[in-house]
Amino acid sequence: MTNNLLFDFTVDKAAKTVYITREFDAEQSLVWDAFTKAELIDQWIAPKPMTAKTKYQDFKVGGKRFYAMISPEGQERWAIQEYTSITPKTNFKMFNVFADKDENPEPHGSEWDHNFSEQNGITTVNISIYNESLERMEKILDGFTRGMKMSLSNLENLLATLSKK
Amino acid sequence: MRRDIFQAIADPTRRAIITLIALQAMTPNAIADNFHTTRQSVSKHLRILTECELVKQEYQGREIYYSLEINKMKEIDKWLDQFRKIWETRFDQLDKVLSTMKKQKK
Repeated sequence: MTNNLLFDFTVDKAAKTVYITREFDAEQSLVWDAFTKAELIDQWIAPKPMTAKTKYQDFKVGGKRFYAMISPEGQERWAIQEYTSITPKTNFKMFNVFADKDENPEPHGSEWDHNFSEQNGITTVNISIYNESLERMEKILDGFTRGMKMSLSNLENLLATLSKK
Repeated sequence: MRRDIFQAIADPTRRAIITLIALQAMTPNAIADNFHTTRQSVSKHLRILTECELVKQEYQGREIYYSLEINKMKEIDKWLDQFRKIWETRFDQLDKVLSTMKKQKK
């Protein structure tokens, strides 16, 4: 897929906020669905080789999505998203916090704000993520890279076994 | 004492100090001359930056010179770059999901 779609990623360390802007070659209502319907979110939110699964979702203000990111080894990292504001098709805000498998949240979380707009069939999404602690961000990343590294070392083992034959 | 490296650079004065000494090693007095603040306050910032291993001290005679640990700064860039890549991967996946959705709509 040729990709001339804008992607901007900046981190304001002082404000503990990550700003992400991305264009999508689709109309706004489709992009809105992809960001707000669990069965669609689960298809893209976990960077491969990770996968995502949603246990339940109630998309309304005060409602939640309880989901897990799963490493290739089957390790589950649970989190809760609580919707704090919804303006259909244009904006939604949520509070994201890690949790155990029984839905007990960890003390710190992050505040997410999503804005959607469309021009000439291209939808722009602006996301800002405010982290109460940057250490927490570091932890998120650590989880991801560990997942990736594990699957890479699996591949290495597999290749080593194959080359011995 | 180990500090969070991101806490170190969350302060605007400390970021300004980093920018200054990135150009050349400087003494605390020379650094303080660039700020409308006390020498003590600059020393405090330098201590935090040193504890984070973002800056290193070198003695030349009786003077202490502070300079930037370039490798430590690169660590931050690398860390952010990985974070950026995660989002890139995510959005590439989303592009595919959207194109499937478009086809189904037709």
